[in-house]
Amino acid sequence: MSESPDILVKFESVQKSYDGEILVVKDFNLDVAKGEFVTMLGPSGSGKTTCLMMLAGFEPATHGEIYLDGVPINNVPPHKRGIGMVFQNYALFPHMTVAENLAFPLEVRGLGKSEINDKVKKALDMVRLGGFEDRRPAQLSGGQQQRVAVSRALVFGPKLVLMDEPLGALDKNLREEMQYEIKHIHEELDVTMVYVTHDQVEALTMSNRIAVFEDGIVQQLAAPAELYEKPDNAFVAGFIGENNRLFGEVKSIDGDFCQVELEGGSGMIKALCVNIGGVGTRTTLSLRPERVIIGGTPGSSTNTLQGTVEELIYLGDHIRSRVSLSGNSDFIVKVPNSHGHVHLKEGEVTSLGWEAEDCRALDA
Amino acid sequence: MANGNTQGEVVLAADGTPLKESLNKAMRKNRIRALLLVAPLFIFILFSFLIPIFDMTFRSVDNWQVGTLMPNTSLALKDWDGKAIPEEAVFEALIADLKAGAITREIGKVGTRLNYEKSGMRSMITSSARKSKKVKEGPYKPIVFKMHKKWKDLETWTVIKRNTSAYTIGYYLNAVDLKFDKSGEIVRQPENRQIYGKLFLRTFAISMAITIICIILAYPISYLLATMPLRYSNLLMIFVLLPFWTSLLVRTTAWIAMLQSQGVLNDLFVFFGFIDDANRLQLIYNLTGTIIAMTHILLPFMVLPLYSVMKTIPPTYMRAALSLGANPFVAFVRVYMPQTLSGIGAGSILVFILSIGYYITPALVGGTGGTLISNQIAYHMQSSLNWGLAGALGALLLGSVLALYTLYNKIVGIDNMKLG
Repeated sequence: MSESPDILVKFESVQKSYDGEILVVKDFNLDVAKGEFVTMLGPSGSGKTTCLMMLAGFEPATHGEIYLDGVPINNVPPHKRGIGMVFQNYALFPHMTVAENLAFPLEVRGLGKSEINDKVKKALDMVRLGGFEDRRPAQLSGGQQQRVAVSRALVFGPKLVLMDEPLGALDKNLREEMQYEIKHIHEELDVTMVYVTHDQVEALTMSNRIAVFEDGIVQQLAAPAELYEKPDNAFVAGFIGENNRLFGEVKSIDGDFCQVELEGGSGMIKALCVNIGGVGTRTTLSLRPERVIIGGTPGSSTNTLQGTVEELIYLGDHIRSRVSLSGNSDFIVKVPNSHGHVHLKEGEVTSLGWEAEDCRALDA
Repeated sequence: MANGNTQGEVVLAADGTPLKESLNKAMRKNRIRALLLVAPLFIFILFSFLIPIFDMTFRSVDNWQVGTLMPNTSLALKDWDGKAIPEEAVFEALIADLKAGAITREIGKVGTRLNYEKSGMRSMITSSARKSKKVKEGPYKPIVFKMHKKWKDLETWTVIKRNTSAYTIGYYLNAVDLKFDKSGEIVRQPENRQIYGKLFLRTFAISMAITIICIILAYPISYLLATMPLRYSNLLMIFVLLPFWTSLLVRTTAWIAMLQSQGVLNDLFVFFGFIDDANRLQLIYNLTGTIIAMTHILLPFMVLPLYSVMKTIPPTYMRAALSLGANPFVAFVRVYMPQTLSGIGAGSILVFILSIGYYITPALVGGTGGTLISNQIAYHMQSSLNWGLAGALGALLLGSVLALYTLYNKIVGIDNMKLG
């Protein structure tokens, strides 16, 4: 894939340090194909925004090379890179009207008046803001400002658009709406997008692929479904979605599976080997709450353990049950609020079962 | 509003009293509190600032001297047509007034007042008053003519008659280089006596120049201050504010030591061979000195508002402009600069208004070519004691500042001004 002409952006062992002592980005490699939507996801301070800024040209890379369309761009100033960008707080110019904001990138490119007017009108129609030309940014709602910012980043027809946590300032409903809108724009215009966020739902909703950042390193780069269902390590498993963790020691390995003795003294568990050292090493077992079966008889699932229900929280579509299991009192089970679902009571002892494939043995 | 008093009906509170009334009652305590908080400052300003201003402005039109101290003459001149020397009755009244004035020793004030209008009047009045004590009986006309030959002048009587009214525009005419001629018409002062118009113009021109120099010097410094990391910018800010913490007099005299022809700057120039010893630059006691010293003193007033505005402009605006394809210069001019206009406006209006009324610095380093209108006002307050003229000049200065302020408000809008 790396030599393919379809690659638009290529990071090649890029490092970044601000103070010459600490690397905020350690050996970053990434290929973004044309038309792809790649999200860099990670907690704050993980280096994801720094990578975006290096791509946009606002921060120089300390080491390594970034290619855009096969051309190294380390020495190309930002205004010559032709990359559209949407900033965290939109960065709409407050002294210009909406139309002037959109016309700005076209004017500095020396386009004619009528052409500019056409493109501005088209760009505003695309984000359903026709008729807002003469408003100032301050007279728009957060969602409208957001849409103007997106259309301004697209109006000059860039091949690549970067977005730096663009939805962070919006409330929940609007954020979801905008996620779909950005996704649709991406599909419609066939531009390549690199998106930075700390919100996993946002990343899962929109992306073709997600790079999970932690401590300056990409922990896993994969499609959303793979990232959720097959996390490579304990950090990714914990960061994406909800996750139950059990600690134990690997006792034996048998092909793809292994036997793990739980630390709480509840016996042996069969789990899928993903990222473990060898027999005798410590491991973290990762198990999604929705894969746990409640009230099964012993033997109906590969693994069955007894747990005490500590707390029940009614959340409408499901009941979130906190169970203490093998010394872990934060074991979460989701009981869907479907017809005839299991009714648990606080303090009740129940059996919890799951399949070996759903229980991934990861690094400790 | 939506479901309220659309037809003008009164909205009632829960107990049936009109809502407005109960709101007023609820807010009264707060209003009284606010008033009490403001009161000490307001009283202080009233007595130390507002009343003196009104007093001085009133003096610029006040013309009590002739009417009060020469009541008989004023009355007798009431029906005088001004075409010929007045009748005997006027002279009789004049002698009575001069006698009374000589006894109370107040007649000099009339002389001083009339002397502003026409030189020589003071000595005429005082000497005549002295001689009037011996006058026993009429006819008075020839006696008065003998006291001083100027009493035969028609203009003398025109001037006296004009100043019998309680108010005058004479000081204002004087302040804009106009005067009454012999027949009482308003005409321009002769060329060599036109000083105030030129001084006003020079004051505005110098203030404008200082404002522009301040913008040019303060803009880059403020930008640096606003974009630097905090620990460095604090140090730089101290350097900017340092002039504020030093006495104005010390700073101005320091400039004298720097700029005088045997001063530090000239010595350096000679040492490095930029100029030879015989042609040392005249940097002080002229316009150059005034501009240099005042720019230095007023610079912080430009830096501070600019800095506070620039501090609020996030760097993402410049980044956004760059990412949209504008080169750094275009991005700066089209995106950054327009957002700093409010700071430029605030700084300019501060510096301009301060320099228009500046006094100490031009007085010390201005020489004759670098003095401003404020120095003339001070001269009339302290030396010539022509307070009416000083009041008129001051009122004109105040008026022009207010006019400029209004103009600024119309064009830029005072709400857009940011001081910090």
